[in-house]
Amino acid sequence: MKYLDEYRDPALARRLVEEIRRGATRPWVLMEICGGQTHTLVKYGIEELLGSCIELVHGPGCPVCVTPLEIVDRAIAIASIPEVVFVSYGDMLRVPGSHSDLFRVKAGGGDVRIAYSPMDALRLARENPQRSVVFFAVGFETTAPANAMAVWQAKREGLRNFSMLVSHVLVPPAIRLLLEQSASRVQGFIAPGHVCTVMGYEEYEELARRYKVPFVVGGFEPLDLLEAILLLVRQLEEGRAQVENQYVRSVSRSGNQAARRRMMEVFEVVDRNWRGIGPIAQSGYRLRPEYAAFDAEKIFGVETISAPEPPECISAMVLQGLKKPVDCPMFGTRCTPATPMGAPMVSSEGACAVYYQYRRHTAPAGAQT
Amino acid sequence: MEEREIEGLRFGTVRFGGVTRQACLDFVPEARCGDYVIVHVGFAISRVDAEEAERTYRLLEEMEALEGEPGGLEDELGKDGG
Repeated sequence: MKYLDEYRDPALARRLVEEIRRGATRPWVLMEICGGQTHTLVKYGIEELLGSCIELVHGPGCPVCVTPLEIVDRAIAIASIPEVVFVSYGDMLRVPGSHSDLFRVKAGGGDVRIAYSPMDALRLARENPQRSVVFFAVGFETTAPANAMAVWQAKREGLRNFSMLVSHVLVPPAIRLLLEQSASRVQGFIAPGHVCTVMGYEEYEELARRYKVPFVVGGFEPLDLLEAILLLVRQLEEGRAQVENQYVRSVSRSGNQAARRRMMEVFEVVDRNWRGIGPIAQSGYRLRPEYAAFDAEKIFGVETISAPEPPECISAMVLQGLKKPVDCPMFGTRCTPATPMGAPMVSSEGACAVYYQYRRHTAPAGAQT
Repeated sequence: MEEREIEGLRFGTVRFGGVTRQACLDFVPEARCGDYVIVHVGFAISRVDAEEAERTYRLLEEMEALEGEPGGLEDELGKDGG
């Protein structure tokens, strides 16, 4: 398919790998933030291709993984109400809550449905005026415009049986937190191409200036990521800390204005809890007060449900790039995609699930069991 | 790409390889029939900039100095895609 096949060309990939290896006079530690990029990097074995000159650590950019436990418990509580049709992206159904998950609610008779888009939930609400349709609005800046449009449209149409359980998170505040930790070894970041498609990259320029660390906005194909790594290595070798844009075919400096306007109409920035990481100030969205009538947490009174995280799972360290999935003693034994103990083993973008799919047969780096 | 309106929003049929899907086009007012768009959860979030895509690829190609024909980008431009 056009714009995909060209960016998977093996001859060019080899050339880029050589260029990176030649350019790196010392080992550099780079982080990709987005789970989609993690998937490509592990699937194509890019880290192995690069050898010891580059260490890639995987960031917190898997929306399923960072959705906090209490929000999953609130989703389960709402989905268990008989008159509710609970609509979610498929990945969220297997995410373990404190005592259950959405699949078990469905198996027990709850009306839980999988949708590809929030507009599917909106259609269900139009077609079933006697039912209360709740959409589970999780994700980063990439899904926020779609979710904002769905609520905005519901208000415009005067739909009274549509609401959203909103748990939106934002990438730059999480990067800031990582950079302020003394344990952070990350020397350069691949910024998430689709988040920046929506938001632009001005926020990353501020981070680059303040923390003197380079960013390259990268795409999702192997050549995109290799080129982004090459640009990062050049910046690091030359002592620069700037924001460069590799994914120019989709990303502009100020992002998608129409999408940002709609998001700002519907959402406001709020402190959010991240699963495995904890609270991060001003790191997410909630519905503005003008949209309170569409806020499922208020409608169903689940705002007080809270949940402590289980201590065994090391997802906190994995999501912050401090440990690799294979460092966990439960990896591939007690914790697998069929029986996930933590969220990164659930989503196809979660670092643990990606390692399980593509690398479980190679010798683990840290934990030999 | 066929366009239609649903409840006041602009939708189009987008082809992903062999699969077609409806996507909301309200965030890409500049998108026209035959353009390539990036779609996320049912919404087009950008129109792929063909010139930039080609420029990036040519830079990569120059590094390699590929033998024979350089890519097929121009041949494919203008085909229906979404």
